[in-house]
Amino acid sequence: MASSIKEQFEIPSKLKTWAYALIGVGLLAFIVGFITKGRGTEEEQAQFIGIIMYNTIFWTLVCNAAMFFVCIHTLAWSGWQQVFRRIPEAISTLVPIFGSITLVLLLYIVFSGNHHIYHWLDTKAVEGDAILKGKSGFLNAKFFVIWTVLTLGLWSLLGWRMRKLSSEADQASMNNESGKTYVWKNTVTASLFIVWFGLTVGSTIHWFWLMSLDAHWYSTMYSWYNFASTFVSGISLITLWVIYLKNKGYLEYTNQEHLHDLGKYIFAFSIFWAYLWFAQYMLIWYSNQPEETIYFKHRVQGPYKGIFFLNLIINFVCPILILMKRSVKRNYTLMTFMAVLILFGHWIDFYLEVMGTISKEHVTLGWLDFGILSLFVGLMILFVAKALASKPLVAKYDPFLKESIVHHT
Amino acid sequence: MAKKKFVVGCYDDEAVLFSAVKKIRTAGYKIKDVYTPFPVHGLDHALGMRETSIHTAGFIYGITGTTTALSCMSWILASDWPLNIGGKPHFALPAWIPITFELTVLFAAVGMVYTFCYLCQLAPFVKKHHFHPRATDDLFVMVIECTEKTNTEDLQAFVKNAGAVEVNVQVAEEGWWFGRYDKNEMPFEQKIVAA
Repeated sequence: MASSIKEQFEIPSKLKTWAYALIGVGLLAFIVGFITKGRGTEEEQAQFIGIIMYNTIFWTLVCNAAMFFVCIHTLAWSGWQQVFRRIPEAISTLVPIFGSITLVLLLYIVFSGNHHIYHWLDTKAVEGDAILKGKSGFLNAKFFVIWTVLTLGLWSLLGWRMRKLSSEADQASMNNESGKTYVWKNTVTASLFIVWFGLTVGSTIHWFWLMSLDAHWYSTMYSWYNFASTFVSGISLITLWVIYLKNKGYLEYTNQEHLHDLGKYIFAFSIFWAYLWFAQYMLIWYSNQPEETIYFKHRVQGPYKGIFFLNLIINFVCPILILMKRSVKRNYTLMTFMAVLILFGHWIDFYLEVMGTISKEHVTLGWLDFGILSLFVGLMILFVAKALASKPLVAKYDPFLKESIVHHT
Repeated sequence: MAKKKFVVGCYDDEAVLFSAVKKIRTAGYKIKDVYTPFPVHGLDHALGMRETSIHTAGFIYGITGTTTALSCMSWILASDWPLNIGGKPHFALPAWIPITFELTVLFAAVGMVYTFCYLCQLAPFVKKHHFHPRATDDLFVMVIECTEKTNTEDLQAFVKNAGAVEVNVQVAEEGWWFGRYDKNEMPFEQKIVAA
């Protein structure tokens, strides 16, 4: 039986062409953007940097969420992910790549002396500002850089360790003893990853990277909200790759039962996202304090009004109404549509968060945003395909494989 | 109150039960139901039952709850008795969302429970015939309907061959009734069999 399945993924030339075309378009947009905006006025420069910033942060977090997906299932010993586990693993290989783009960009922002993006970098302004002064023990360039490097480094390292452990299951069949050791090692690494993930994605890293854009404002829901946003996008991305590989005739063991569970995940975390979105919004709306409502003022009543409600419709109303039915979660076409829609929706969510602060007066969503997006999508396709092709698609000696094959929802 | 004849086969293993269900259905017998001590995955498909529509009912109850909450609050707070609460607008939608959510869940949950009870004919004082007391303990009890043409001897042998640990014929009330069990029909007591 094992001989009849296609273990090795070969990158179709069409996929490569698409990836290179998207990267080409993205690079072109980047260059044209740099010429027209990157050297313009301070606002234009901030806009240019902001666009790259939300794209790179979004994609780094989404790819990291794929590793989180692997880790929670490893830790919970839930075997059903095993037949397609190589896909989230392949997606997580992008963490070092997108992470270094993020790192370079953030280092540039910190050291370029342009305070338009992070206001708290301006030491002179901080001196005369009681709120920022109070936060300066946390919000300062040194801590920011150290924590960012540490975060990206440990994500990459622990992710690499998880992938390496999974490769052990390709080598030789396990007996009771070695199987237990294997599961134990996986569990330990996964828990380390989750602890670090909780410290960073669950709290600090969003405060640093995104919330400090509005240096005076804060929300205790913010990190969880963004975690939910990237996690549901990460699962959508996994779903898209699963469906793509299924379409190409790979992943024989993955079937509608697994798709159904992925659909449930997307459904549940879309609702979770909406819950956090609302928990953040309603408390600020209700207490109605100027220093808190300022964040929503220009988003709800200003130029971002349309995108603000579009965000809610795409990310909450659509998933809850469309994904509610069991037959939809088992339908490959509709699941593809929903996954793309949700990825786009949360990308828009990040746009709203970053650009809503950087350019308060005008909505600048345009060719540059989509150009940079296409750069990241292209890179994602290329590197995920390469990572998939570098390993067998199923770890054939994994102790949980049988449980995953007979998985029944 | 129509009494009917049933052949009852009891199984003590899930795997045997599944293959027995398949054999008996392909042989053309009509299985009334299978009583199991716990939910058995995929048994409804094996029995050829249609997909339950309780989720659709649940959705409708939920929508009813949403509408009730929103129309009630908007009428009270924005139209019938508007009050200035903390300077908020009368139509204060964000503040109503938690209540709307709760009512949606309440309507959906309670509605589904009652629908489920109705579909299963579960209610206080409603009685039904128990085919085997151990159906709630450790036996899978399969009940096959008989017609006048059914040869019960053959059928019993067939069920036994399919792996049943216990087979018998019962003439029993098909549906439910109000009131009490007959003395000799008490489900959870050992019947005294005359020697």
